[in-house]
Amino acid sequence: MRPDDRKYLSSHEWIKIDGDIGTIGITDFAVQELCSGNESDLVYCDLPEAGRSVEAGETFGEIESVKAVADLNAPLGGEVIEVNAAIEDHLEILADDPWERGWLIKIKLSAKTSDALLDAAAYEEVVAQEA
Amino acid sequence: MNKDLLLYEKSRAGRRTLRLGELDVPAADVKRLPKGSLREKFAVLPEVGELELVRHYVRLSKKNVSITDSFYPLGSCTMKYNPVTNEAAAGIAGFRQIHPFQDAGRVQGALAIWKRLENYLAGVTGLPAVTIHPAAGAQGELCALLVAGAHFEAKGESQRKVVLIPDSAHGTNPASAAIAGLKAVTVKSGDDGLVDLADLKSKLGDDTAVFMITNPSTLGLFETRIAEICAAVHAVGGLVYMDGANLNAIMGVARPADFGVDMMHINLHKTFSTPHGGGGPGAGPICVIEELRRFLPAPRIVEDANGYRLDYDAPDSIGMLRGWPGNWGVVLRAYCYIRRLGREGIRRAAENAVLNANYLRVKLNKTYHVPFDRMCMHEFVCNTRHQRQYGIHAVDIAKRLIDLGYHPMTIYFPLVVSEAMMIEPTETECKETLDAFIEDMLLIAQECADDPDKLHAAPVTTPVGRLDEGRAVKDPVLCYTCG
Repeated sequence: MRPDDRKYLSSHEWIKIDGDIGTIGITDFAVQELCSGNESDLVYCDLPEAGRSVEAGETFGEIESVKAVADLNAPLGGEVIEVNAAIEDHLEILADDPWERGWLIKIKLSAKTSDALLDAAAYEEVVAQEA
Repeated sequence: MNKDLLLYEKSRAGRRTLRLGELDVPAADVKRLPKGSLREKFAVLPEVGELELVRHYVRLSKKNVSITDSFYPLGSCTMKYNPVTNEAAAGIAGFRQIHPFQDAGRVQGALAIWKRLENYLAGVTGLPAVTIHPAAGAQGELCALLVAGAHFEAKGESQRKVVLIPDSAHGTNPASAAIAGLKAVTVKSGDDGLVDLADLKSKLGDDTAVFMITNPSTLGLFETRIAEICAAVHAVGGLVYMDGANLNAIMGVARPADFGVDMMHINLHKTFSTPHGGGGPGAGPICVIEELRRFLPAPRIVEDANGYRLDYDAPDSIGMLRGWPGNWGVVLRAYCYIRRLGREGIRRAAENAVLNANYLRVKLNKTYHVPFDRMCMHEFVCNTRHQRQYGIHAVDIAKRLIDLGYHPMTIYFPLVVSEAMMIEPTETECKETLDAFIEDMLLIAQECADDPDKLHAAPVTTPVGRLDEGRAVKDPVLCYTCG
């Protein structure tokens, strides 16, 4: 079971809400899908600058592996207040710990709900269907 | 003994293949050369004996994999056989020795072939205006987008900057749009793998320049709603561009112009059997509707009372894309191919390409998951869903195929299918070859269950095994350093 302290998108991003701050990352399944059984397959991650505003569902960056490029979608909208600078040069963090150390951006939320958000159980079903 | 050294590593000071005799003419005074053109020290070149040199290259040539020594089902690349008759024609001295700057009066035969090929391509596509300038498919895309830009500018509609592209498209489509200064916007695929018409319509507007569509798509599916799609794009004043990468499936059967396409490129190296990529210079001619003819690159080949000539009088043209309008050897080979097959043969090639792909699909679809499992065109996409439980990915199947003597299929494309394996046999393979491939694919599926590590270790028959592709991207070493 994946952490139930946060919400998910069917495109495999998660958001953890703490007051009016949302922390966004991607799931272990997303990392698995981008790699072919080899975690060093992740090669590039493009994240926004702090200060940029993103809308719910909007693409805020992209992540690339040797086999594919995937958009990073914002589960909720808001202004980017912090970017995980360690990720760019250490993509292996995403494979090691996608839930805590592998967070990508923090946003100051403009809204706290969206119909697209899934709880952990609903997200498990999405993964079960795709796997 | 198996380790292959570089020629530089084989080098020994003073070793030579040939020693020149004494100079028997007066030596030129090198000091007359401009200073910047004079070397200060000798170039570091490998020094090897003739036998070493010959062995080196013969050994390298044996490591090459091509359609001439193995089945090559690389999807969306149409790796059909390049007939030797093409090569024979390209080797004729009268064709081989002509020069781009020769007077048109002395190369009438070549210009006639050039013009006739344009006419044949117009016949296959139904689009009357053709240019053979672009050096490859991607340059054809760029050329067409520049033509579209010129067209909209002439109409006073330069606000049209959006190029709509399905999510299953070749990566070159959005890249071409970006280079042309336009904005690429993705259109989603529906559950049937075809363009989601509602999503397309929601993105069409007065900023729409071009909708780029690959038909059949990279999933090997014919867009059954193509006429409706084109009509919707035309209704908002946009143009429809077709990526012709998959023309092999429909040539002689359906003409893109008839279902609403305004512009398209053709990969002569895919559809019309000329060599691919490193096998020779490419050609990505584009064919457009009459209204766009005046914007095509110049010079153009025209025929008048005096014969054929190059016409540079083209005030509305987007100009030249490269130093010379087209690769003559490629034009000649494509012409030979079309003449050899004729109208009926072209159609039969397409039919057999579709038949071969469906034969493989039906023989493999119980073992490998086929997400869109219905009648396909010239290629189909399957994946490793059934093999996932053994820790097998598409890359493992592909690498194992290398050990069994095949060039692998395309993997991880299109992106809309997870762990995709895209298989395109082409019409040039016989049933026995297809059966042997099926047998090996079934054997591999069995190995996935019995001995997955065998697949993870593959390839073992190549000079090097799995390369660290991630590190090659992040930390590439692009220069060889001696010692």
